[in-house]
Amino acid sequence: MATAQTRTLSRIMMAPAVIVLLIWMIVPLVMTLWFSFQNYSLINPMMTGFAGWANYIYVLGDPSFTQSLVNTLILVGGVLAITVIGGTFLALLLDQPIWGQGILRIIVISPFFVMPPVAALIWKNGFMHPGYGVLAHLFEFFGLEPVDWFNQYPLFSVVIIVAWQWLPFATLILLTALQSLSEEQREAAEMDGANAINRFYHIILPHMARSITIVILIQTIFLLGIFAEIRVTTGGGPGYASTNIAFLVFRTGILSNDIGAGSAGGVVAVVIANIVAFFLMRAVGKNLDA
Amino acid sequence: MGSISLQHVKKSFGEVQIIPDISLDIKDGEFVVFVGPSGCGKSTLLRLIAGLEDTTSGTILLDGQDMTKAPPARRGLAMVFQSYALYPHMTVRDNIAFPLKMAKAPKEVIDQKVEYAARTLNLSSYLDRRPRALSGGQRQRVAIGRAIVREPKAFLFDEPLSNLDAALRVNMRLEITELHQQLKTTMIYVTHDQVEAMTMADRIVVLNAGNVEQFGSPLDLYKKPANRFVAGFIGSPRMNFVDGPEAAKHNAHSIGVRPEHFKLSRDPLANAWKGKVGVAEQLGSDTFLHVHVEGLGLMTIRTDGDQTFSHGDDVYLMPDPTRIYRFDAAGIAL
Repeated sequence: MATAQTRTLSRIMMAPAVIVLLIWMIVPLVMTLWFSFQNYSLINPMMTGFAGWANYIYVLGDPSFTQSLVNTLILVGGVLAITVIGGTFLALLLDQPIWGQGILRIIVISPFFVMPPVAALIWKNGFMHPGYGVLAHLFEFFGLEPVDWFNQYPLFSVVIIVAWQWLPFATLILLTALQSLSEEQREAAEMDGANAINRFYHIILPHMARSITIVILIQTIFLLGIFAEIRVTTGGGPGYASTNIAFLVFRTGILSNDIGAGSAGGVVAVVIANIVAFFLMRAVGKNLDA
Repeated sequence: MGSISLQHVKKSFGEVQIIPDISLDIKDGEFVVFVGPSGCGKSTLLRLIAGLEDTTSGTILLDGQDMTKAPPARRGLAMVFQSYALYPHMTVRDNIAFPLKMAKAPKEVIDQKVEYAARTLNLSSYLDRRPRALSGGQRQRVAIGRAIVREPKAFLFDEPLSNLDAALRVNMRLEITELHQQLKTTMIYVTHDQVEAMTMADRIVVLNAGNVEQFGSPLDLYKKPANRFVAGFIGSPRMNFVDGPEAAKHNAHSIGVRPEHFKLSRDPLANAWKGKVGVAEQLGSDTFLHVHVEGLGLMTIRTDGDQTFSHGDDVYLMPDPTRIYRFDAAGIAL
């Protein structure tokens, strides 16, 4: 990129990809915005035309919206807590020299390769089913009443499934961070009289801060839009107990056939995502400097 | 306090034997330099003393106490690493204070000691900076500061100057030597640079392939090298070695003459070696001549800087007869 000529050339070369990406992003966004101000319900196809803020008032005024918002935050927060703490712990374990390290790492990372609906089905029928799930058998073995996970603890169950899927991602990123810590720094801390806990707290954790930030940022983006796991397991219920914003949009737009209100919900979701991103960047973004 | 004694220390990594058998006695307050070519085991030896590696067999005594199995923190030693190993997320102050904080020293004591170390090392105005914002020499000083505040029994330096540029290296060499005069604490210093070894050490340990070749004062090593390896390693430029009939004249398998122990002449001398000048390195203060001597090979000669020789000049070399080192077939000095 040294000369003006190469700069111009590179811009021209990049243009097609950038333009396609822009169209890909902007067209659906504009269409969603457009529909959100229209009366557009498949149940009532005769009613059309400009709706004003009616769709927004309907979505935001619905008590299920507040619950979905809370559920979304619990879902994101819960999964982040489990994956970051668990991921750090697993990374510390995997960093130890052990026999079969390579194989073990691949095994640990494998849940990430399982598609979300498949993972959810495995958990639903294989583990958490009150009749023939592994957990039910386990509870019975100890003489306990099997838990009907998706009815008794719907949101918690979804958190567990999603955390299981994202734990490998966090582990992988944090492991590479751990491995990039210079051996001499650890040894220096050891000579300085720091025990294992102090070494972790004063040397290892600050070193991993940046990677933890990246894990939190990337995961938050994906976790705000969790859908498949809810759709496959609880269907958002019972009631609205495990419905998050993304699933609420689906319920309104597709299940209730109200495209207008669904679009309004979608726009609200985008705004919420941006608000979360703003606070997130303020909270942890400073770790990314330098 | 501060004597270190190694007794038949051995170290192997799996099948590979790094240190076959070393016994050393380092007195309290001594500045000892481990020197040797890369891969000779000098860093490993230092890490054994520090406790960062487990000793395969043998005993390490610190102040007469068996510390062979003790963890690094309990040995009361401080180490300065080659990469300095500063903690990048802490300020200079926190870096220096870290060992004290780990020892749970009271805050006033920490502040006082950090101030003292910073003053000793000219770091007072940098205390609130991060290591990233410091130059190489300053980082080096922070690493030393972190070692000083612990008031260790001994300092261990692992090639601390190898990341600095030449001018700064000379400076830091002086500063470390001065620090030793001031603190009078035992110091062990590892380097592959024989100039650093010669200028800083009270005594030098020359290591080769995990064995101690010689342990003595710098001038001892220079004047009375125990064997051909030490003779070749100590002194710059290297000693010239001659084998065969020329050595046999001196009843030796090989003889060595240092570059500075030649009489050099353009005119023929009796019994002198005749040669042609190859490359002449003019340093100003000295001139190093690389002379091709017929039948003996390339010789390095040191002469004063005012002499000007050029490529292809005929010269005659006369080794100083009192300063010819003689070695037997095994390379041991005769």
